[in-house]
Amino acid sequence: MIPVIKLEGISFAYEDRLILENLNLEVKEKDFLAIIGPNGGGKTTLLRLILGTLRPNKGDLRVFGLAPKKARHLIGYVPQHGLFDQDFPISALDVVLTGRLGLHSLFPRYSATDLALAKEAMRTLAVEDLANLRYGELSGGQKQRVLIARALVGKPKLLILDEPTSSVDSRVEEDVYALLTELNEEITIIIVSHDLGFVSSYVDQVACLNRRMVIHTTEEITKDVVAGLYQSPMDMIEHQCNL
Amino acid sequence: MGEFLGAVLKYSFMQNAVFAGVLASLASGLIGTYVVVKRITFISGGIAHTVLGGMGVAYYLGVDPLAGAIVAALGAAVLLGFVNVKAKQHEDTIIGALWAVGMAVGIVFMSLTPGYNVDLMSFLFGNILMVTNPVLRILIYLDLSIILLVTVFYRQFLLIAFDEEHARLRGLPVTFLYILLLCLIALTVVILIKIVGLIMVIALLTLPAAIAGLFTHTLGYMMGAATGLSLVFTLGGLAVAYNLDLPAGAVIVITAGLAYLLALGGQKLFINRLKAKAEKETQPSDGSLA
Repeated sequence: MIPVIKLEGISFAYEDRLILENLNLEVKEKDFLAIIGPNGGGKTTLLRLILGTLRPNKGDLRVFGLAPKKARHLIGYVPQHGLFDQDFPISALDVVLTGRLGLHSLFPRYSATDLALAKEAMRTLAVEDLANLRYGELSGGQKQRVLIARALVGKPKLLILDEPTSSVDSRVEEDVYALLTELNEEITIIIVSHDLGFVSSYVDQVACLNRRMVIHTTEEITKDVVAGLYQSPMDMIEHQCNL
Repeated sequence: MGEFLGAVLKYSFMQNAVFAGVLASLASGLIGTYVVVKRITFISGGIAHTVLGGMGVAYYLGVDPLAGAIVAALGAAVLLGFVNVKAKQHEDTIIGALWAVGMAVGIVFMSLTPGYNVDLMSFLFGNILMVTNPVLRILIYLDLSIILLVTVFYRQFLLIAFDEEHARLRGLPVTFLYILLLCLIALTVVILIKIVGLIMVIALLTLPAAIAGLFTHTLGYMMGAATGLSLVFTLGGLAVAYNLDLPAGAVIVITAGLAYLLALGGQKLFINRLKAKAEKETQPSDGSLA
């Protein structure tokens, strides 16, 4: 079976600054992988390589056996919800509907199917009541769900979430992960996070990334692994490592 | 006001002015909304000022300056579109350079052409009272192109304005769409230059949309409201200017500016009142700050 993602000897540098060095990784269907690591450790760069908006300097990267750019339609990507202009005049429903736009949608309206799929995705995420509110007015957790709904309407086989629980409270965080676990029965999920403690009770594998990458199954993760990754045994990390 | 209406009924140049105002308002409402939500006012300014270069060259060659304006505006739009993609880190410097060099080229070519004086002023400050029938016809075509393209690409433009990265991941031709949007801005600028001149074009492009954005929640409503406001400013300004015998372009821009100030103040008041009301309603039930 073709792996969802296969990285072989991937390196990437911005000019002469090496960001990623010789990464190897295989993600299989219905895996739930967390990529963790410090800021500046290359997490976002790795995401961009997988999404095909950056190209590696060295190595081979396949997504569903294809070049990343060609596999984009199989990926649902959920960016950090706080990145958007809070005053932008767009309703939650319209945000979700943009997940149905493609290269060939030239007819100026969404079809009934698009609308039905968008509403269904919003129901799954329990945000259907917010459809007509402006995106900027929603709470952090609600925005997160709207963005997940947007990713799901494209019927992806791989869902990638960038810091899904940043700036939401722990109850919302728990909801998000419960939901992801449910979705994981159908699709492969990758999340990027700096917060290991919570992640590790839900995912099967953790890829620790700080220029180099080390992959652990969640049972293996110990304080030492994390301390090694961050290169200083910070209190916060010890606290998060109560596995 | 009666005097203004009488003049509109009596003189064909006044009818042309009103018609040009309607066309300008439509273009400014639709395209100004994108300029405001995508925050590309500076780029639009760059495009507007490059137009003078095109007009100057057209004048020198003895071609219709409006044609020169259209070519220069579209050229600047395509160039700035590629700069955004290929050399983003130098974008604002390049816009600034294009802005000034465009004007300089225009001034040089106009000074090389004998007997231009009157027109330079009308390019810089606009003259809605001198819109001739052939010009009006060109403005109609420009408006129709803008309306058609916005109708076809409404959702795509919305997505590249809200979340360009997602547009790219959905496989949309982001660079093409961005350059197309800049070209529509270029055409709008050419229309608006006829009304308020290139120095003040940014005001009429952005102020109606900015005011509309304070009170609307979707892009479509924002476009509608911006078009309506633009119409009020243009025709209201024209009427005032006619009655007081003042330059129409300047009066239109001042009207829009005052309305923007009022709207900002009004919005602050409105929000404070809502907040006060919300606090009053939550306080008796529980003491916490909900």
